[in-house]
Amino acid sequence: MFDWRWDFTFEILPRLIVATGNTLLAAGLGYAIAVVLGLVFALAQRTPFRPLTMVVREAVEFIRSTPLVLQIFFVFYVGPQFGIRLSPWTAGMIAIGLHYAAYLSEVYRGGLESVPKGQWEAAKSLNLSTARTYFRVILPQALPPSLAGMGNYLVGIFKDTPMLSVIGVAELMHTANAIGSETYRFLEPFTLVGIIFLCISLPTAALIRVFETWVRRKLGLG
Amino acid sequence: MDTTDVSAFPLRLEGDAIPMVSFKKVTKSYGNLVVLDSLDLDVAEGEMVTVIGPSGSGKTTVLRMLMTLETINGGVIYVDGEPLTHMERDGKLVRADSRHLRKMRSKIGMCFQHFNLFPHMTALENCMEGPVHVLGMSKKEARERSEELLAMVGMAEKRDQHPSRLSGGQQQRVAIARALAMRPKVMLFDEVTSALDPEVIGEVTNVIRRLVAEHNLTMLMVTHQMGFAKDISDRICFFYSGRIEEQGSPEELFGNPQKERTQQFLSAVKEAS
Repeated sequence: MFDWRWDFTFEILPRLIVATGNTLLAAGLGYAIAVVLGLVFALAQRTPFRPLTMVVREAVEFIRSTPLVLQIFFVFYVGPQFGIRLSPWTAGMIAIGLHYAAYLSEVYRGGLESVPKGQWEAAKSLNLSTARTYFRVILPQALPPSLAGMGNYLVGIFKDTPMLSVIGVAELMHTANAIGSETYRFLEPFTLVGIIFLCISLPTAALIRVFETWVRRKLGLG
Repeated sequence: MDTTDVSAFPLRLEGDAIPMVSFKKVTKSYGNLVVLDSLDLDVAEGEMVTVIGPSGSGKTTVLRMLMTLETINGGVIYVDGEPLTHMERDGKLVRADSRHLRKMRSKIGMCFQHFNLFPHMTALENCMEGPVHVLGMSKKEARERSEELLAMVGMAEKRDQHPSRLSGGQQQRVAIARALAMRPKVMLFDEVTSALDPEVIGEVTNVIRRLVAEHNLTMLMVTHQMGFAKDISDRICFFYSGRIEEQGSPEELFGNPQKERTQQFLSAVKEAS
């Protein structure tokens, strides 16, 4: 039967809460990298310069077709053989940021393609520069249809942060595992990790929907 | 890609009365489908020319090529005496670079069938975008000018509305103001009333009537509104399978068409309306 110990639960809670901060930091940093880099990937695939387009497309396909945990290992353990020595945090952020950038670039691509051709033609007829056309005309319209997908991946990256524990990033999973190894009690720490993830994921998904409506209204898109 | 040799064409048009727009043996095709077949067409400064014809006759392509939304396969287009999609290099005409295209594009404004207003900008912001960021006007100046133009098209009160809050006719009037804000020499109207409900067509055609009456703009229009075309055009061109089958003053073309195809088309249009 269950052997749940409340005193132990309260004893380990502060440590897990500190680790939650690290998890949120890792997800936030990784996501920030992914949001920016994903846009770079998406735009690079639209340049008229064919070699760049092809290289980026293949890179995105490669990243999407291999496991995240392998990529994390690769950056952290294989990097040093090429003289690239990174801390677990740096390696982890690069790996998870790149991984989600590849997914987000596909989300952006869908968003960009949903903007009607007439908008490009209107921008051209007004002689707007390419940069102005993208940043002032096309991207604001590509953003709202991308938000749902972006939100999914925000929750996704948050749930994938435990993978960083394999290279020793002290996030939630890593901490819970450490507690288990020290005390031989796994029930409470792992249960708490699950509850903490649930308590953050669920409201985040709801908040994203609110945010989506707000952005649409703010942009006058109804 | 150019399929014809452009060396036979002048580097620029010179003389006293050069046309504002001049198509010289312009060809456009998609694969095997020839959309425009060696088109020659001159439009004088301040002239209002309307292009009519059955669908697929290449009439919209004429406007889209002028706006550089379509490339051309052969021939040369001159706007204001200068080649549009070519430029001079070492005394020869070569394909224009983006700088030349931008310079030439600034002479031309276009209104589209589906308006193509930027949905996330208000009517006023739509009109100010080009003047501020392309012409380099101050915000104040651009705002004044845009407000003037919105007033001219009867949209002053709706200037802070987004397109989604405007009717089709209202959106098209904003689109006309937006194009005019760029101070073009040539205005192109591509079926600007085709997507509108019948009861609001008048509000758009009235704006164009005013433009014709009060401004010395060169205009090219594609329309299915024959009555409107007859009223305001200096000349009507009837297109048939990529060529000008017949052209003349509205009185000549509508009153006494010479070619059989023109007669057939006009009687078909008459029956439908």
